[in-house]
Amino acid sequence: MYTQAMDIPDESGNPGGKKLSVVSAPQSEQEAAFEARIDADGRIEPQDWMPEAYRKTLVRQISQHAHSEVVGMLPEGNWISRAPSLKRKAILIAKVQDEGGHGLYLYSAAETLGTGRDEMIAGLLSGRAKYSSIFNYPTLNWADVGVIGWLVDGAAIMNQIPLCRCSYGPYARAMIRVCKEESFHQRQGYEALLVMMKGTEAQRRMVQDAVDRLWWKCLAMFGPPDADSPHSAQGMRWGIKRVSNDELRQKFIDATVPQAKVLGVTLPDPDLKWNEARGHHDYGQIDWQEFWNTVEGNGPCNKERLATRVKAHEDGRWVREAALAHARKQQARASKEAA
Amino acid sequence: MNTPALKDWPLWEVFVRSKQGLEHKHCGSLHAADAAQALHMARDVYTRRQEGVSIWVVPSVSITASNPDDKGELFDPAADKIYRHPTFYEIPDEVGHM
Repeated sequence: MYTQAMDIPDESGNPGGKKLSVVSAPQSEQEAAFEARIDADGRIEPQDWMPEAYRKTLVRQISQHAHSEVVGMLPEGNWISRAPSLKRKAILIAKVQDEGGHGLYLYSAAETLGTGRDEMIAGLLSGRAKYSSIFNYPTLNWADVGVIGWLVDGAAIMNQIPLCRCSYGPYARAMIRVCKEESFHQRQGYEALLVMMKGTEAQRRMVQDAVDRLWWKCLAMFGPPDADSPHSAQGMRWGIKRVSNDELRQKFIDATVPQAKVLGVTLPDPDLKWNEARGHHDYGQIDWQEFWNTVEGNGPCNKERLATRVKAHEDGRWVREAALAHARKQQARASKEAA
Repeated sequence: MNTPALKDWPLWEVFVRSKQGLEHKHCGSLHAADAAQALHMARDVYTRRQEGVSIWVVPSVSITASNPDDKGELFDPAADKIYRHPTFYEIPDEVGHM
């Protein structure tokens, strides 16, 4: 799963924002070395010197990405107890477990930049930090689980593959691991939908209904149009972002149209058609007002998702404390025996 | 030994041997209260798809790393010692593979 939130400013500040010029004049020897390495498409590792804005942008982006993985477990987690068969249940548990793991890879990558996981999680639980707005919509029927795999994870893969070449080494390495696992997510979702489409009329209607509700939200996952994306240019300059929002969105649409045809569903966009001259599909207007409204916390499930995360964190407190108490006791016993 | 009191779950680095005969390779990190828990969690997080046959976990604080500022001093001297590489030596073709 993945976040579109790559260039959504947190309330905590706006690092890497408009105040930065795209080509910053090198001020020091360290900065010049950093710029030179970026220009040569080299990689930056945790102990290397880096500009504060680069560090902050990465912490914000990677932690938003991690939060999205963690919150992303909720819409699908709702269906574990109601999966239609033991097979689908096992698959769904495995997928949700993967998302938790992806969250961990990403928090670890962000921690190498000097921000503790506790701090990042506190940001999420307080509502300060952002996560992908796609998870603030409800999963109303079983087909939603399939569509999340096919389209939401499909969009995620499209976005994450270029991140495997991100200039920051730990982030790139985490993304390689994530991408390897993500392919299963998309395929299981598509296959679950294929099975439903071979079922009853009611099942086919469920699939179409899920596609109708989620299609536009998936297109918004790629983030605002390039023209309205203030962080993009700097992200590109730094090799954090490799492909623009609009370009990725177009790629996703072009890849999805034939898949929808095989599945036998209609993508809910009357303007969606092949443009021979461009060699791409044209598509309709995305409702950005709705997107920003959800990002700002007013989507249908924002409050519910956050409340669920806060409760899970509180409910897990005793486990974290007990494990720590046990470790302390073992440590004390070991040092007593040594004495 | 005077071990500082634990306040939070410390960070561990995880190394996985992908198959018998290969080395353990760094694959990431995680937080855990103690070594046993770190191993358990590393198994769940990093080997869900048979990625490994053996795991090492090492407290991150135990790792001593070279300073990136010393990179030049440490590694550049090797750059002009091309005679340490087999390709430095020209051997007549008729000798064949050596």
